[in-house]
Amino acid sequence: MAKTEIRIGGLGGQGVILCASIIGKAASIFEGKHATLIQAFGPEARGSACSAQVSVSDSVIGYPYVTSLDILAVMSQDAFNLFAPTIKPDGILLYEEELVKLNDRLPSGIKAFSIPATRFAEELGRRLVLNIVMVGFFAGVTKLCSFEAFRNATLDSVPKGTEDLNLKALQKGYDYGAKLL
Amino acid sequence: MKADSSGVLTGVHFMDGDHAACEGALAAGCRFVAGYPITPSTEVVERFAARIPKVGGVFIQMEDEIASSIAIQGAVWGGKKVMSVTSGPGLSLMMEHIGFAVCTETPSVWVDVQRCGPSTGLPTQPAQHDMQQIKWGSHGDYEIIAISPNSPQECFDLMIKAFNLSETYRCPVFFMMDEVVGHMTERVEIPAADKIEVTPRKFTTKAPGEFKMYATTPDDLVPEMVKAGDGYRIHTTGLTHDERGYPLMTVAVQQKMMTRLIDKIKRNAHKLVDVRMDNCEGADIVVVSYGITSRIAHAAIDEARAKGLKVGHARLIICWPFPEALFREMASKVKAFVFPELNMGQMVRELNRAVVGKVKVVSVPHAGGTVHEPNTILNAIMEAAQ
Amino acid sequence: MNECGEYKDLDIQNPVLKVLRQDRIPHIWCPGCGIGTSLNCFARALMDCGLNLDKVAVVSGIGCTGRTAGYLNLDSFHTTHGRAIPFATGLKLSNPELSVVVYSGDGDLFAIGGNHFFHAARRNMDLLVVCVNNYTYGMTGGQVAPTTPLGPTQTTMPYGNFEQSFNLPFVADACGATYVARWTAYHVRQLAKAMNEALLKKGLRFIEVLCPCPTLYSRRNKLGDGVDQMKYYKEKSVIKNGADTKEAVLTFQGEIIVGKFIDRERPTWLDSMNKHLSVALGDSFVPYGTNGGDNGQN
Repeated sequence: MAKTEIRIGGLGGQGVILCASIIGKAASIFEGKHATLIQAFGPEARGSACSAQVSVSDSVIGYPYVTSLDILAVMSQDAFNLFAPTIKPDGILLYEEELVKLNDRLPSGIKAFSIPATRFAEELGRRLVLNIVMVGFFAGVTKLCSFEAFRNATLDSVPKGTEDLNLKALQKGYDYGAKLL
Repeated sequence: MKADSSGVLTGVHFMDGDHAACEGALAAGCRFVAGYPITPSTEVVERFAARIPKVGGVFIQMEDEIASSIAIQGAVWGGKKVMSVTSGPGLSLMMEHIGFAVCTETPSVWVDVQRCGPSTGLPTQPAQHDMQQIKWGSHGDYEIIAISPNSPQECFDLMIKAFNLSETYRCPVFFMMDEVVGHMTERVEIPAADKIEVTPRKFTTKAPGEFKMYATTPDDLVPEMVKAGDGYRIHTTGLTHDERGYPLMTVAVQQKMMTRLIDKIKRNAHKLVDVRMDNCEGADIVVVSYGITSRIAHAAIDEARAKGLKVGHARLIICWPFPEALFREMASKVKAFVFPELNMGQMVRELNRAVVGKVKVVSVPHAGGTVHEPNTILNAIMEAAQ
Repeated sequence: MNECGEYKDLDIQNPVLKVLRQDRIPHIWCPGCGIGTSLNCFARALMDCGLNLDKVAVVSGIGCTGRTAGYLNLDSFHTTHGRAIPFATGLKLSNPELSVVVYSGDGDLFAIGGNHFFHAARRNMDLLVVCVNNYTYGMTGGQVAPTTPLGPTQTTMPYGNFEQSFNLPFVADACGATYVARWTAYHVRQLAKAMNEALLKKGLRFIEVLCPCPTLYSRRNKLGDGVDQMKYYKEKSVIKNGADTKEAVLTFQGEIIVGKFIDRERPTWLDSMNKHLSVALGDSFVPYGTNGGDNGQN
């Protein structure tokens, strides 16, 4: 497998970094691949633009930054506007449909998949698990790693006592994504 | 000896370099850290503050980096293995105490997660701006050791090496990370404690009265050590001192002390060569790099090789002392060196000095803020090949 | 009596010699300087306090008083200018069974090192801080200090000092010190007693010792020699134990309020850490330095 370059974008406080971390962890710890995670954040703790770059490969990764974006997952309009133009021609866009409206910044030919992740999170009882729904959605659409790897990475990453809720969120996003294909 | 298992977080982790550096320190036996918050190094001390109460030891956030860099030295003389952690502006405040650690031979690890300077610069962006400052920033002549990791795994593994070298040579050892290595997350494998070799402090077995603070032998220029409270009634000072540790400000004593402080590193320089060589034998061009830049160089070298060029890669793990002899020898076999760095050309001065005009040296400077584009390094390799 | 103060015929020697590094005597201080007097008082306090002197360490900064560490036969550390307190902080926290004394001058502790004093007192770090205040920078030749009163001439205040000075007991009090006293080089018995008492107390303890600097401060300001300054201390000192530290302001050759001003209890930094973390972390907390002996050495 060639290197897969992923960017997750959103706002500070949405759990963007955790989302990216679970993807990286699923690949590097639970599926035996190589993965790097680089995060970029502004000085503000909340509400600022926040993004993370994840590279996944079967071989050692040298350059850890995204040069040719395969998959973009966004949870805010700003992140979409900023990063959508950088998706490579046959790349994939995953977006939260209540927080992001597509516009002409999306290059033609990109496969775009949307999910009402905020609504799903609210239905599960905690709006906070939006990011885990997005991880599930990412897993279901991209099949970058096995569901088992994503499940283990999630369990390894969320606070004790919240495992059930987060696994439900993961499953919900995964099922929704898998059905879209 | 083997690592104390209470500090070793054995397992496989997905962890950034700052956190891995902290785990490396804990595994190496570090039980005292004094620090002051500064981006992008803060996560190292944040993790230590959270971890150390469950291991047994102390973290204290001091009032500034001046205080941090001397508090750790007090802690060494109380018997602990220590570390302080900072970034450029904080490092500038620590300069005087590098000299104190050198002069009093206080083993200590100084972590610098480098960001852009000068002054406040770009606080959250990477650079390799402090490579010469650590060697020359404190007044007077001195020798130190500096190590540069390029991944979270190396932040763990090489941190143990940093602690071990500081005990072996009783000098400050600098752990030269950068913002990317500090904030990049990757798989980090932490072995079982009994698989980690740590160097114990060189405590004396002599009785009080027999022991002299800075007595050495011609074969071993590193003195034995004691800690406060053990009945030795020691004295140490940043003044020029004799074997008893007493200030004695004569030209002869200064000459003797300085010669030994320099020689204990210089005479062991051959043991302090740690350069990871990748196809340097038979190469026309050798790319020299360290830290995060080595990963970028790796990408450029792959492309150059695909174009049919014979390119080797010499990655410095230990940057100070600079492996002069190795490059002097290599200079007679290659056509050119290419040296990318995230600064305007710092360690390339050392390379130039080592090869003194024998062979072309192409510096690939970068003002910092991000890493090189692999293409920039590739172009420099192509240029050097002509 | 020979030049070392020993009465050979009577086989008597100065009783404090045993806590001094005799191989380092003579000391560097000028005739009439009060630092040696303060050291003599401290040596007596060390001998009388009953502490195991193998477990007492002294830390100095730079300057005339900074040389004190080098003359005491204790574990002794002569550090960098202004940084004795943070060094001592590391030493104490690393090896909590030690009694750690910081012994340094006014310029070292309150100009270049002022910030460290404020924070050590705020934290109630378990240190005894002895500040020898001679109103000037002696080792560098008589420059203005943060303790120089308004009026006298210093080499960097050639027309007289116009800068307000610190009232050190008030500073120590305000920052939270558990013990605050001021004595002069004239009050040797009271000073030795205060040092003894403070050695046995916990927390950040502060003793200011006013000392003559005949070579620089007195001579430049036509105040006579060391004896004249001692006469001044004798005549103008007023003992007011428990005085409000705000009132202990020093003026040029004016009245000197001396005494023990503050003696209170506050948990030390380490006590607070252990107490707080044992609640916050429960059984997963490894208590640190609470039993004096095993302090987590590797």
